[in-house]
Amino acid sequence: MSSLGELRTLARAARSSGPRVKEKHPDNKAGFLFLLPWLVGILVFTVGPMLASLYLAFTDYNLLQPPTWAGIDNFVRMLGDARLWNSFRVTLVYVFVSVPLQLALALGVAMLLDRGMRGLSFYRSVFYLPSLLGGSVAIAILWRQVFGKEGIVNGFLSWFGIEGPGWIAHPDFALGTIIVLHIWTFGSPMVIFLAGLRQIPDMFYEAAEVDGAGRVRRFFSITLPLLTPIIFFNLVLQVIFAFQSFTQAYIVSGGTGGPSDSTMFFTLYLYKQAFTELNMGYASAMAWFLLLVIGAITGLNFWLSKYWVFYDD
Amino acid sequence: MTSTGSTIEPPTTRAMVGASVDQPDAGIARRRWMSVLKHAGLIALSVVMVYPLIWLVVSSFKPNEKIFSDLSIFTGDLTFENYLHGWTSQQLPFSVFLVNSSILVLGAIVGNLISCSLAAYAFARLRFWGRNAFFAIMLGTIMLPFHVVLVPQFVIFRELGWLETFLPLIVPKFLAADAFFIFLMVQFIRGLPKEIFEAARIDGAGQFRIYSQITLPLMVPALATTAIFTFIWTWGDFFGPLIYLRTRENFPVSIALKGFVDAQSSSDYGAMFAMSVVSLIPLFLAFLIGQRYLIKGFATTGIK
Repeated sequence: MSSLGELRTLARAARSSGPRVKEKHPDNKAGFLFLLPWLVGILVFTVGPMLASLYLAFTDYNLLQPPTWAGIDNFVRMLGDARLWNSFRVTLVYVFVSVPLQLALALGVAMLLDRGMRGLSFYRSVFYLPSLLGGSVAIAILWRQVFGKEGIVNGFLSWFGIEGPGWIAHPDFALGTIIVLHIWTFGSPMVIFLAGLRQIPDMFYEAAEVDGAGRVRRFFSITLPLLTPIIFFNLVLQVIFAFQSFTQAYIVSGGTGGPSDSTMFFTLYLYKQAFTELNMGYASAMAWFLLLVIGAITGLNFWLSKYWVFYDD
Repeated sequence: MTSTGSTIEPPTTRAMVGASVDQPDAGIARRRWMSVLKHAGLIALSVVMVYPLIWLVVSSFKPNEKIFSDLSIFTGDLTFENYLHGWTSQQLPFSVFLVNSSILVLGAIVGNLISCSLAAYAFARLRFWGRNAFFAIMLGTIMLPFHVVLVPQFVIFRELGWLETFLPLIVPKFLAADAFFIFLMVQFIRGLPKEIFEAARIDGAGQFRIYSQITLPLMVPALATTAIFTFIWTWGDFFGPLIYLRTRENFPVSIALKGFVDAQSSSDYGAMFAMSVVSLIPLFLAFLIGQRYLIKGFATTGIK
């Protein structure tokens, strides 16, 4: 898989970022012409705004008056903002529960879907479809009803004589329903795992069989090590994206982050600070905090990867 | 679990499955049982995965008072009433929102196809100053949480007078803001045989001609993947319209649906379900038509 090559290059670059031998640049003019839209975009919509928001993070800014310098006030305020830390905790729980569970399920199901098995494309489609729909408002609306007091989850539980709570309205369970929604979209990483499994040459298994390795042994000695780069790739990206989830928490909680802030994701709180309270400076400080956290966890992921990710080169 | 008989068979048995080896019947029967068990599990999981969707569709055809009193998806009492009522329940006819979403989707697709393919060609085929650094930056922007650019971008668009227009949601696409698709296309172009490009150069074709007449036709699968993903993501996009479009005439479907959640007191669940189904139909069609490209595109990039 070529994306793995890319990732390896990144991982290597992270380990040793020495300058490379200078090459000639025969296509300078064409290169920059082709790249022009992207260059303009990156300057106007990414680099410029990043610098601006870094500045705004140290100001008081309500969009109506020009920003006033506030030093580190925003960050001091963040330290004492209980709602912010609650939202951070909610986000961490969401990320660290939903991502591993989703990936584990994706990997498990991918392992079951053998090459050439009967119904393969049917299963793949059925499992994949939710991951395409899962980000939409309609599904979040559906989720509110599925896990509502009279929803189908409680309808199912009632067969066993269990009277379920109104999951969405209960502070202990509301976050759980959003986590379940994330797990429901396991189809996208599953498809990537399937592609990865297809890359493992048959001869490895044949050789192992000759050597007398059983099913379990083959899984732990061949399949799992050879899949670790893909697991790692999925893990890194899913963590990054999970930190930024917004729509589902917004809709499931009716825009409130409730009940009792139990689904107040960090991004939801940031949105409220920026566009409801018009604390644009504070929101920018929060955004930079988010960036640093994601950066740190991604860095940690890369660092940890050398202990468990197997590269055969 | 311990390893079973099959593992200590000599290698030749692989070639003679079905021929008489030690206890073949037991092995085959066991394997068949495993297979049945596996399919049973997968089918059960399929039902769990799809059931909410089926329930949604069936409920959208049920009379309002029956949706929660009878959760069954097998029911004879079906009506089209929810659709008629839901279509006009958000003050403007739902067609307005569908048209708005379609404009956004179309703009985003055209923008992404043009700008991302240009950038991808440069990254994949041209050698110019700073290419590797730019490429690293491009990859970095895929992972960058957009929140760090959110406020300044909003200020820029406000200064430009673009609030309450589709421009903040479309113009960035023409400037290759969706770096993910650049990455996808770069991967694809790199996989094309180099000889094609060398032959074209020898024939004296300029870079733009190689891009437009050779590369683009060859990368149709990557373009299709991009178009379909852009369709699905833009159709479902919630955050962008939420902050840039606040008047009803401008609402795309995603924001219009939010109206059902805001006004839950009315508790017109049938209408809400019906319009949810309407909003999902284009996604479902995109999935049906583009499944092949979606799964391929996924597999080559690994990014949702």
